[in-house]
Amino acid sequence: MNVDRITEKLNILADAAKYDVSCASSGSNRKNKDKGLGNASNGICHSYTEDGRCVSLLKILLTNHCIFDCAYCVSRKNNDIKRAAFTVQEVVDLTINFYRRNYIEGLFLSSGIFKDADYTMERLVRVAKKLRTEHNFNGYIHLKSIPGASEELMREAGLYADRLSVNLEMPTEAGLKLLAPDKNRQDMIDPMQFLKKEIIQNTEEKKLFKNTPMFAPAGQSTQVIVGATRESDQQVLQSANYFYKNFNLKRVYYSGYVPVLADQRLPALNTAVPLVRENRLYQADWLMRFYGFHVNEIVNNQNPLLDLDIDPKLSWAIRNMQVFPIDINRADLQLILRVPGIGLLSAQKIVAARKFAGLGWEQLKKIGVAINRAKYFITCKSNEFERRDLTGQKIKQFIMAQSQSKYIKNTQTQLNLF
Amino acid sequence: MHTLVYDGTFEGLLTAVFEIYERKLYPVKLLKGEWRNSALFEEVIPIVTDEARAGRVLTGLRKKLSAAGVQRLYISHMAEITGEDCNVLGFIRHVFDNDRNIEEDYGNRYVMRLSEILKMVRREKHRMEAFVRFQKLNDGTFYAAIEPDFNVLPLLIKHFKSRYADQKWMIYDIKRNYGLYYDLHDTQFIEMDFDELNKPVDVIAAYSEDEGIYQNLWKNYFNSVNIVSRKNTKLHVRHIPKRYWRHLTEKI
Repeated sequence: MNVDRITEKLNILADAAKYDVSCASSGSNRKNKDKGLGNASNGICHSYTEDGRCVSLLKILLTNHCIFDCAYCVSRKNNDIKRAAFTVQEVVDLTINFYRRNYIEGLFLSSGIFKDADYTMERLVRVAKKLRTEHNFNGYIHLKSIPGASEELMREAGLYADRLSVNLEMPTEAGLKLLAPDKNRQDMIDPMQFLKKEIIQNTEEKKLFKNTPMFAPAGQSTQVIVGATRESDQQVLQSANYFYKNFNLKRVYYSGYVPVLADQRLPALNTAVPLVRENRLYQADWLMRFYGFHVNEIVNNQNPLLDLDIDPKLSWAIRNMQVFPIDINRADLQLILRVPGIGLLSAQKIVAARKFAGLGWEQLKKIGVAINRAKYFITCKSNEFERRDLTGQKIKQFIMAQSQSKYIKNTQTQLNLF
Repeated sequence: MHTLVYDGTFEGLLTAVFEIYERKLYPVKLLKGEWRNSALFEEVIPIVTDEARAGRVLTGLRKKLSAAGVQRLYISHMAEITGEDCNVLGFIRHVFDNDRNIEEDYGNRYVMRLSEILKMVRREKHRMEAFVRFQKLNDGTFYAAIEPDFNVLPLLIKHFKSRYADQKWMIYDIKRNYGLYYDLHDTQFIEMDFDELNKPVDVIAAYSEDEGIYQNLWKNYFNSVNIVSRKNTKLHVRHIPKRYWRHLTEKI
């Protein structure tokens, strides 16, 4: 093995793949088969980069040669960068050897488009097939579905991969037209539609025949870039909601645009990465998936943008003060989940614990409730509670004065509470 | 206040519980260690581990808790977190002092504390599943050294055995000086005397030929996936606290 060349390729092709933020290695249920290598069931972040993102999979491109010229992408045709391509065997060896040392959960393989969609997809599938059939590798495999690839290849990909994904890239069709004139939104939606159908069919067959082979057990995901075009949060979240609902997606990833290229259609190179906005979008995404919020409750025509200075749950709560205060010892779980400062696990603990005895502030604090936020919205087994009839705006001021935001340094002086 | 000293085993703990109820000892302080006849510990009551008595207490616990609840109690004790014995004991007393199953009575301080301990232990177990870095030795065995905050090695058996079924591996807790070895069939606990092996020349010679290559590739990969414009050291260190770095190939 030519170590220097492999190292160089790895550097180039890992660097080119890193803007794909999908990192999940959970959601699958692949067991270790016949005393082979690996399993895929846990979801483990093996390391974290200095920017604080998790490293779970060996995330690389098969090649960064590409026939497309998408403005937001480092690997665009007209960008003057070093190009490289792995052979199928090289990717297999890297995956196996990293996996055996417990560096990774598996492989995330994407690729620039060389020649055409089928040619590219065929090679991605070949890597996965080799890992599964020749090396009895049962670790996690995430493959990109290349828009425009044939159904035959997509079906084969589903047989070897745990998860498949097509990146929508831009939240709206107009955005895509502007920045990726070679790409067509329908080409991205077709494979999603096809895979959705196959996954449903596979689930049905599984009910009837026990040894039906697995088909993309960890489902599909996608990614949208935010901050490259002018879409509002409402448009981004509506679009995410549409894909969750209609394509049974497991995850939508939001990738704050990192300026890598000078192009008049794009934010300038010195623009900061919209980290806060990205964080707020994920919080909103969680509210939709785990907290029972409808997308219109989070963003709507009156509030098309997420607040950057407070999280979307608090933002919803201060717009809907008529719902509060709620009695923590009586309210339904669904309502408790809507209280700012109470997370999923705390809410479940509260509902379990109150069967034994009413809960007071000390106990709520122990359970993990962020009292400094929750106290404006709840009552509990205590005579102390917020008696003033505060407006939402006032509460926001109090909370912000008290908390140290991760991102925003405010210079307001502390206000006395209670 | 009565001070009880027991041998640190789970059976010992259960025997202590038996004594407490049998002799109506309350309040009590529970200490781990050997009993010494010294003036300082005049009031000390030594607990001699008794399997029959421990068994009776365990049967009682099984009646009042779910199987998972007993398991959680066992893990909380096994983790050997300093100063937590009194809380584990408090939990057990709360179990026996109530008619119904109190596993979810999070308003009770002992139940809540046990839930916290369990969270800490699980996080440490999960960290080990993530941060173990195997190095391939000449004979094909994959070796990793760990220094977990709590005693979690026994909790790792299931995960690593079902994952690395086709390679020999060893995970050694150098803080507690014992390890786990898998020989392609079964796992067993082992203890090694490192003083004899400790010559640096032997250690380097023990690694397989390609070990250095893959370590370097991994370090390269780790650096390549970083996005400099998103640098966030606080978040980085929160995810991988510095005490784990010395065993992480990419952070050495």
